[in-house]
Amino acid sequence: MKVKILLNGTMREAEISSDQLLIDFVRDHGCYSVKRGCETSNCGLCTVFVDDKPVLSCSMLTARVDGCKVDTLEGLQEEAKEFGAFVADQGAEQCGFCNPGMIMNAIAMFRENPEPTREEIKAYLAGNLCRCSGYEGQLRAMEAFIEYRKKGERS
Amino acid sequence: MLKIKEYVKAESLEQAYELNQKRTNCILGGMLWLKMSNRNVQKAIDLSGLGLNQIEETEEEFRIGCMTTLRELECHERLNQWCEGAVKDAVSDIVGVQFRNLATIGGSIFGRYGFSDVLTVFLAMDSYVELYKGGIVPLQEFAQMKRDNDILVRVIVKKDQRNMVYLAHRNSKTDFPVLTCAVSVNAENGCVCIGARPQKAVRLELTEAVREKVWSGVCTEEEMKKEAECIASQVKTDSNMRAGKEYRSRLAYVLIHRTLEALNTKGGDQ
Repeated sequence: MKVKILLNGTMREAEISSDQLLIDFVRDHGCYSVKRGCETSNCGLCTVFVDDKPVLSCSMLTARVDGCKVDTLEGLQEEAKEFGAFVADQGAEQCGFCNPGMIMNAIAMFRENPEPTREEIKAYLAGNLCRCSGYEGQLRAMEAFIEYRKKGERS
Repeated sequence: MLKIKEYVKAESLEQAYELNQKRTNCILGGMLWLKMSNRNVQKAIDLSGLGLNQIEETEEEFRIGCMTTLRELECHERLNQWCEGAVKDAVSDIVGVQFRNLATIGGSIFGRYGFSDVLTVFLAMDSYVELYKGGIVPLQEFAQMKRDNDILVRVIVKKDQRNMVYLAHRNSKTDFPVLTCAVSVNAENGCVCIGARPQKAVRLELTEAVREKVWSGVCTEEEMKKEAECIASQVKTDSNMRAGKEYRSRLAYVLIHRTLEALNTKGGDQ
């Protein structure tokens, strides 16, 4: 079947199989930040935005997204860079495999709630697994990022 | 692995219903559980183009379209105001936000899954399902019905005045629950719903005296403990990889007791 998807701002038309998953569509189109971490819809590594909502691309049919807007980390470089620097500053990660999914979901969280509490961060990011860290570094990075934005807005 | 031969975006419920009569065809909910199965589907029927992803509120009820996501249930202010956050509490530990942006109420309820937090919480309300052919059926009845080829169109919840509390126990935060518990009371009824036993949720009525006292906020600790013990003893539990039968039965007592305490604290303010 044929689909038309606005992927990272570019309209893509493609012939797909009925059971193609969105993760395979975006990877076929060069978005290698999107990863398969678990195959059980649990790890959050495959997070993309469909019409601005974060979803698990490993669990969604490409066919369902026909006519929608899909964004991956590749299309959100500005936002990702700004926040990613804080993650790097905290030395939060070791292998980095979970990083794109986590950054995507953090971006979604900050768009919905610019100043989340520690509990709200934990709740929003509970579906992003990291098997190297204990999440402390990521949490510090988020809190530092929130502080930085608060100050930036004041000055 | 899930294999799908053909994807059909339904243009009407009638078309979806007709396609769904064939055993090899299948209606898609959020597709999260379905995706975990080993199945060859001829035609996957998608209801997402039928405007059924809305929560409508009328004077008497909430009408929740089957394609409404768990995240929408969690974030719906009016619904959560009415049920005192019980729906939010029931869904907010289900995997993560990205998962809940896909999983649908229709998928959760139609599947009548043992592990369902969603089934547990809606069973504790005056809820109904609207089936395309079968009409409006009380949720409690639907939960016992054999799976058929009808379509669950909506979940309908009557906005009666009631106090509700939801609690679940999980081994780790975003895992399947080990046990779920929703308790609600109002001026006429009071019930306890226990799910993830690991079988699907069951509903048991509170004894009249305790229901009335909890509703008025005057139940004693002793009475609540006794009631929790009595109800927990009627809940059939079993063992699986997450917990043993005895542990679940003990948990049932603890969760029922805690929910009664919370309701008793709320009681009398109506």
